[in-house]
Amino acid sequence: MSLRIEPMQRVQKAENKDELLTPEIRADIDAWIAKYPEEWKQSACMAALSIVQDANGGSLTTALMDQVADYLDMPPIAVYEVATFYSMYEHKPVGRHKICLCTNVSCMINGSDDIYEHLRTRLGIGFGEVTTDGRFSLKEVECLGACGGAPMMQIGHNYYENLTLTLVDQILDGLE
Amino acid sequence: MTDETITIEVDGCSLEAKAGQMLIEVTDAAGISVPRFCYHKHLSIAANCRMCLVEVEKAPKPLPACATPVADGMKVFTRSPLARAAQKGTMEFLLINHPLDCPICDQGGECELQDVAVGYGGDVSRYTEAKRVVRDEDIGPLIATDMTRCIHCTRCVRFGGEIAGLRELGATGRGEHMRIGVFVEQALNSELSGNVIDLCPVGALTSKPFRFAARSWELIQQDGIAPHDGVGSNVRLHVRRNEVMRVVPKENDAVNQTWISDRDRFSYQGLQTDDRLEVPMLRENGRLREADWDEALQAAARILLDTPEGNLGTLVSPSATLEELFLAGKLTRALGSDSIDHRLRQQDFRGDVADPAMPWLGRRFADIENNEATLIVGSWLRKDQPLLNLRVRQSVLNGGVAMAINPADLDFNYDLDVDVVCKPSEMVQELAGVAAALGASTEGIAVTPDEAHKTAARLLQQAGKGMVLLGSAALMHPDYALLRRLAANIARAAGIEWGSTGFGANDTGAWLAGAVPHRRADGSAGQGKDAKSMLDGPSETLLLLGCEPDADFADPQRTAGALGSAKVIALSSYRSDALLAAADVVLPVATFAETSGTLVNLQGDVQSFVAAITPPGEARPAWKVLRVLGNLVDADGFEHNSSTEVRDELLQLRGQIQPDNTLGESAECPQGFLPAGLQRIGGIPMYGLDAITRRAAALQATPDAWDGTLRLNAATAAGHSIEPGGRVRLVQDGLSVELPVSVDERVPDDCVWLPAAVQESAGLGCSFASVSVEKA
Ligand code: SF4
Ligand code: FES
Ligand code: FES
Repeated sequence: MSLRIEPMQRVQKAENKDELLTPEIRADIDAWIAKYPEEWKQSACMAALSIVQDANGGSLTTALMDQVADYLDMPPIAVYEVATFYSMYEHKPVGRHKICLCTNVSCMINGSDDIYEHLRTRLGIGFGEVTTDGRFSLKEVECLGACGGAPMMQIGHNYYENLTLTLVDQILDGLE
Repeated sequence: MTDETITIEVDGCSLEAKAGQMLIEVTDAAGISVPRFCYHKHLSIAANCRMCLVEVEKAPKPLPACATPVADGMKVFTRSPLARAAQKGTMEFLLINHPLDCPICDQGGECELQDVAVGYGGDVSRYTEAKRVVRDEDIGPLIATDMTRCIHCTRCVRFGGEIAGLRELGATGRGEHMRIGVFVEQALNSELSGNVIDLCPVGALTSKPFRFAARSWELIQQDGIAPHDGVGSNVRLHVRRNEVMRVVPKENDAVNQTWISDRDRFSYQGLQTDDRLEVPMLRENGRLREADWDEALQAAARILLDTPEGNLGTLVSPSATLEELFLAGKLTRALGSDSIDHRLRQQDFRGDVADPAMPWLGRRFADIENNEATLIVGSWLRKDQPLLNLRVRQSVLNGGVAMAINPADLDFNYDLDVDVVCKPSEMVQELAGVAAALGASTEGIAVTPDEAHKTAARLLQQAGKGMVLLGSAALMHPDYALLRRLAANIARAAGIEWGSTGFGANDTGAWLAGAVPHRRADGSAGQGKDAKSMLDGPSETLLLLGCEPDADFADPQRTAGALGSAKVIALSSYRSDALLAAADVVLPVATFAETSGTLVNLQGDVQSFVAAITPPGEARPAWKVLRVLGNLVDADGFEHNSSTEVRDELLQLRGQIQPDNTLGESAECPQGFLPAGLQRIGGIPMYGLDAITRRAAALQATPDAWDGTLRLNAATAAGHSIEPGGRVRLVQDGLSVELPVSVDERVPDDCVWLPAAVQESAGLGCSFASVSVEKA
């Protein structure tokens, strides 16, 4: 045997593809599938998971991952592997605003611990928790590649850099 | 890889290699040991354990031998200070998170991690921080998990995707949180799952039935041949104090490569059961009583001698050894009868006159991997013949096509280019359709080929190499003779081979040994009755060898009736109720692990083995019992001192072994099975195959074991006003059984699926038949 690069299609393909997920989600995923060679549907796995997660309020469930697997002709376990590998996929419900706070080296040196303490007091939650009103959840992340602006956090699709306690308050106040 | 030969230098020795080969293949071939965990010659290269790091001249850092292609003039050092430092470093990292619980680990003593740690590990760990712990999942009755021990080599994951064709295990999470498992807890569904036990280099995946039962250094290893299918996988029996503790594969590239099926691996559990026969028994005044061997043998001999010439029928298991089959035939014929048969599950014998000289698979196992087209007729090959299926799967990965005609929508682990699902009776038309599309004779079946037939015909025609493979459902079919002629016609027209999978471990051997009524061991023609006619009677005396009346015959009810009215001598390893009810003399005999013998596999390999343990109680190897019976009835030629002498006599008699599937001339076999209404689909469940398998507790707990329900699809259920989950009465030829119903969309319309060889169907007749259902 040798190094092996071939798609891991499964033999028993789902027959009810037009009942999976929703028509809008399917259309979005199809746009991604179209970018890759036909037999490489699995390349759309990450995009599909993001689309499905966004439509589900920010987190995934096993049932949703199974549908992605069915839709992309992948073995379910292969989808679980992707969904558990990358930190942007959530497997428990998150708040409307997911605050991802970097605590990696550069941010730590520049005071991410203080930011964390502040967030904790203000929101009353720690890492991995959701506020009771469902508005915020807090997540500890590794370097997001914005060390130049450390300390930093990500909320939704936005990066917030050079954080201070006041700046954090302003940002949170600005979110509904 | 090209064929260009190059020269490299490893540790100062110059070695020849093929350009593009991985370094580890070359060092392995030369016997130079390079430590490794993730590399396995039958799996793809992952290069994730880094244990195989070696120094390569001009490379700035150590390179993994398993993923470094050799190049001409390459200079490699496997033990240089740099290589040693790299290997030791890797080892230290691997052990950081390993629990080091060898004293309570089943893998201890045969663990690759232990072995490599002896050579490359430190004496004392420098790691004092907390170790990670991984939760164990329950992945079924066969495999025990201790995932904290896992070193993430991913061999088990790659095996699932690449060999078993079923990706069930995976690596979820990452970094320290990575773990191997199924994520959503479930039992593994692969019929080859046990192989991950061998593949796992540590004690993360071990055998569940063997758990905490013995230490590896207490075991004595004995080579054997797996007795459950016609592959004849080479195995090793691990024995302690006269008990088979487990079975593992023995490598043989021509037969089973490095794999065995779960059936072959775990069936040993059926060797030690409460219902093993340990003493001879004798019927006296209508009741069976225990007897000593002398008495019992005398009684058996008297029955045999009292039987009028030609009135003895001998029914033998297709998995009995060559020696047993040969002596059983010799004894039967010495008593003036040719009636011996091993085709217990077959119901159509119209083709006997045309039978080939020595039926076999038609192609060698390794050649099947080169099949450009394979047409499977009547077999869930994955479950029926796991290792043959592996070869067919390989042929598909190599670019060939596979097609199937089956009486249920069964899942295969490769794509089927043509997948015909039809009622059992329609299998004939479907196969005739393919024949017609090829312009071959349809044996008088009127059929217009449809698109599927034409596609199948085209693919078979285009294939330079290929085969039509008749499986157990074809062999058990009421129109088997017709299906076989059609298969042969198709093969001839397409210029490919045809063959069948047989029922047991020694079908090919049974033909060689003369365990058929119309062909004697010396090759001359016989005039005996086939298995069905023997049971249709009248047979005054029936001699049974290794078969159970309620589960090993085509028609359990006809069998029960025939045994009831005949004198019965049974050589058996187990005391089943049906057997004890019918037998007049019961002679306890050894199982495959307790006797020496020979099995001939479907490709004609003659494989002999010796006993690994002694039989329980007073049980004796069957060949010895038959030899003594031969002496007691004063027959000539029963003077053998060993099973080897028996085998050699037979092989000498036969001369060259020439497997040959050429069909002779026979009268036409019109279609006989044309049922109206519901049809019963029978077939043998994977773990209902033989007496031993039926008693293997762990196998019976897997999802592959029959669940005791009558299966039909929703439309059929609705059509007969049957509620899923309810109970029905299934009526077949005036006999009936009551069963719970489950809905299964794999079953075609107007069919019900109730397999043979299970308790639930023992009260009925043949597997494929016309039936009706009513609410119970
Ligand atoms: S369970 Fe065993 S075979 Fe599988 S990845 Fe872990 S160590 Fe390797
Ligand atoms: S360490 Fe925080 S962004 Fe890089
Ligand atoms: S054996 Fe080479 S990296 Fe694992």
